[in-house]
Amino acid sequence: MTAADVRAVLLRELHRIAPEVRPETLDPRLPLRDQVDIDSMDFLNFLIAARRELGVDVPEADYGRLRTLDACVEYFTSRRPHAEPAAQPDRK
Amino acid sequence: MPSLGADMEFGTLVRWHAAPGARVERGAIIAEVETEKGVFAVESPVSGTVSALVVAEGTKVPVGTVLARFGEEPAAAEPAARPIAQVPLAPAPPLVPRLRASPVARRRAAELGVDLTALWDAGRTHPITLAEVERAAGALAAAPPLPSSVPVAREQPAAPPAPPSDEARAAMRRAVAAAVSRSNREIPHYYLSTSISLRRAMQWLQERNAALPIEQRMLPAALLLTATARALGEHPELNGFWVDDGFRPGEGVHLGVVIALRAGGLVAPAIRDANRKSPAETMRAMSDLVRRSREGGLLGSEMTAATATVTNLGDEGAESVLGVIYPPQVALVGFGRVTERPWAEDGMLGVHPVVTASLAGDHRATDGRAGGRFLATLDRLLQAPEAL
Repeated sequence: MTAADVRAVLLRELHRIAPEVRPETLDPRLPLRDQVDIDSMDFLNFLIAARRELGVDVPEADYGRLRTLDACVEYFTSRRPHAEPAAQPDRK
Repeated sequence: MPSLGADMEFGTLVRWHAAPGARVERGAIIAEVETEKGVFAVESPVSGTVSALVVAEGTKVPVGTVLARFGEEPAAAEPAARPIAQVPLAPAPPLVPRLRASPVARRRAAELGVDLTALWDAGRTHPITLAEVERAAGALAAAPPLPSSVPVAREQPAAPPAPPSDEARAAMRRAVAAAVSRSNREIPHYYLSTSISLRRAMQWLQERNAALPIEQRMLPAALLLTATARALGEHPELNGFWVDDGFRPGEGVHLGVVIALRAGGLVAPAIRDANRKSPAETMRAMSDLVRRSREGGLLGSEMTAATATVTNLGDEGAESVLGVIYPPQVALVGFGRVTERPWAEDGMLGVHPVVTASLAGDHRATDGRAGGRFLATLDRLLQAPEAL
């Protein structure tokens, strides 16, 4: 999965949570939450969706590193499990 | 037509779940009702045999209208529901020739590819409903009926909802306007606020969350809500209703949670028996309410159950909020954003995460002294998160 694929997945999940989001008007270098009306519950749901789709669990301490879309793409791309197809997140 | 909140004046009977002759138990889902805030499942207020459905599907009627008659009940003794709020009826809105449809109907129409203008007959005044959209799509039979109990969480919504229309926004705004106007007209509010250090609460939360997968992590709001519910349990004079010139205590602590909708506007469904829930249970309940508020599936009873309400601005909001009480409740608890502030304690100055908690109280029911004691209890409870 390339960075472009990860970006597409993240944008899709973001759109699911905030339907008014238009990818073409979103500046990937600016803080997401300055551009999209998402609260902490929405953000948590976004990360839960990202874990389901990308198999990456973001520890709470890393939330601060996910301020912009570009930062999210970089974070998830570099931490994706290498095995394909995508590893199922284990449910405990 | 039950009142599903102080701001409701009319409801449209979207679908019956019972037929004449059917035996219905109290609490069973008997109908779906659509308001400006969405579609809600309505539970039967009585047990008995349905003798007649008075209001046809697709009909918009004022709150208080008899929807159905029960054979085993004395005639006219039982209203169709027992609204806790006596909502004054406003004159019918002026005829608006332009197309109107509820937010849920619009969203479903977008999903199913239904052209709403085809459903909008000339001279029509009531909004297009969800049922009509589904009928038009021929999807009524295929679509699963509303479950007879609280819906369980779906893995994923079927499709992202369509952005709300201007008309839906305006209707929601009118609904909110009616409720807050009534509150400010009838309720003499008093306001108190206090700053509470969340150092211990946030530490406890971080340690707990670090060990858990993301699906089980808890937001600070879950702790704030749990502590609020416990404090209301200790201060029953703030938990209940002002009706007929007197205070009627709530039966149990059912905590209304103000939830902002993406379409604009608010709903405040209740977490039942919130003072008996653990923070983790509160988190699940809150998450479930937020999801169903935005996607549909709230029960009518959840909209009227609240004995007190909390509004939490979350981490992007202002530092404090002085709220508007939902009549006939007598208290609204507000939390601002958690911020780092200098904090003096035991002669030492440190930097703590701090939240401003506020109480809007109905001065007819309580005085500032009772409110102050409530906020002190809230503070005490939040200093021992592990005990919540």
